Amino acid sequence: MAFHRVLAAVLAAGLPCVCLAQQDTQKEVERYRELLAEGNPADLFEARGEELWKAPRGPKQVSLERCDLGLGAGVVKGAYAQLPRWFPDTDRVQDLESRLLTCMVGLQGFRPEDAAKNPFSAPGRPSDLEALASFVAGQSRGMTLAAPLRHPKEIEAFQIGEQLFYRRAGPHDFACVSCHGENGKRIRLQELPRLTDPAEARRIFTSWPAYRVSQGSVRTMQHRLFDCYWQMRHPQLDYASEASIALEVFMAKYANGGEIRAPGLKR
Amino acid sequence: MADPMRIRASMAGDKVEVRVLMSHEMETGQRKDASGAVVPAHFIQNVTVTHAGRTVLSAQWGTSISKNPFVHFRFKGGKPGEKVSISWVDNRGERRTDEVVIGGG
Amino acid sequence: MDIRRRGILKAGGGSGVLALAAAAGLLRPGEAFAQQWNKAAFETRSVADTLKALGGSGSSESAQIQITAPDIAENGAVVPITVESAIPRTQMIAILIEKNPNTLSANFEIPDGTDPFVTTRVKMAETSNIYAVVKADGRYFHAAKEVKVTLGGCGG
Repeated sequence: MAFHRVLAAVLAAGLPCVCLAQQDTQKEVERYRELLAEGNPADLFEARGEELWKAPRGPKQVSLERCDLGLGAGVVKGAYAQLPRWFPDTDRVQDLESRLLTCMVGLQGFRPEDAAKNPFSAPGRPSDLEALASFVAGQSRGMTLAAPLRHPKEIEAFQIGEQLFYRRAGPHDFACVSCHGENGKRIRLQELPRLTDPAEARRIFTSWPAYRVSQGSVRTMQHRLFDCYWQMRHPQLDYASEASIALEVFMAKYANGGEIRAPGLKR
Repeated sequence: MADPMRIRASMAGDKVEVRVLMSHEMETGQRKDASGAVVPAHFIQNVTVTHAGRTVLSAQWGTSISKNPFVHFRFKGGKPGEKVSISWVDNRGERRTDEVVIGGG
Repeated sequence: MDIRRRGILKAGGGSGVLALAAAAGLLRPGEAFAQQWNKAAFETRSVADTLKALGGSGSSESAQIQITAPDIAENGAVVPITVESAIPRTQMIAILIEKNPNTLSANFEIPDGTDPFVTTRVKMAETSNIYAVVKADGRYFHAAKEVKVTLGGCGG
């Protein structure tokens, strides 16, 4: 409940912050982030992801090197910059993590439930999906996000995502827009990006996956959404579900044109 | 077996600039898991960096070095193409050694 | 608490064995670590006790030691810190966190030819002074800097 009170207070206030102390605090927090940037532990995850990508694994003992991430079988470079997208073989709109599952099942012979067994790591229990996502995202570093949003299914996904973004629900009557619909909102020191503002969306959406200092691990966009849903006290957002991907397509529309800076580094 | 380190070594003037990230949980021995049981301490205790058979940095660490440790330092006497080797050993006796070739400036 | 203490004792025993093996010449240089782990120093609970355990009987404050760290750390789990010493013949740089359960965080031996400069990242249990202790030409010096730790919000 404490969480709810804090959040409610922050959101109710919503005032432009002009006091000097808070500006100084913000500056110091930015300096803290700069000091961390010279060595992003996500590097370790990228390296492990690359090894996993190339290693023969699963019941079929094949690697993921023939995985089609949207630019053709085996093309990793630049693939993340054009996701989520519609895939003809599955006739679904898929994000990176959903597509990794498709390849693990299709190419490597994992059962779907085994492929998706450990999407989010815990101390002492690393997640292959976090590492693989780090590797693939890193292969689009510096490129411009250009999620297609042309195919009817991509447009449909955008519309579903839009509905989900604005639809208030749950015991706190919250929606994504409650936190991410205005500029300048924050929870304590954490700024909350306005995700329908292209300038902010381009900066934020393109920085996932990211190493989360507070969690000591890379977290993916799927985890970010999962955690937002938990914080809103909505029903669990299933991993790589249609709803989760629809929300990503919605965000990608505003983030398109942003430079991929993933894997990023966050508090 | 622990994951490999990520080491970058490059010339900055006449010095070799070394940055390394190590993959390690660095458990303090004070954290409790979901069932309330204390997670035993598990942390890197010794780090040694060598170049051309000579130790250029050695460190002893406690449990308060951050998870996935990072170190940045500089030494003289290295040239591009030569190797820098880094080893660590933790309190369980697990160890890891990785090396990298010094790059140009 | 008991479990933790046993863990540390066990760990200390382990590195003692390693040091012994090295001393007996069982391991070639490069295979063994140059020095053992200073268990006593890492168990200290105050800046004064750490200094003693590191071999110093006293230390003087020095403006020639520069600590670079943020005034405010967004997360105490990862606090970046750089220590640079301009004191001639700097041999050792130690990082101490005054209010951590155990004060000593790291101790770097700086051989000739290596800059008296090191950057690493430490955990801080709460807002505290960070001390950098430098041993130079056999004498001990120190500098301190306060880092405020915020626990941060629930989002990200």
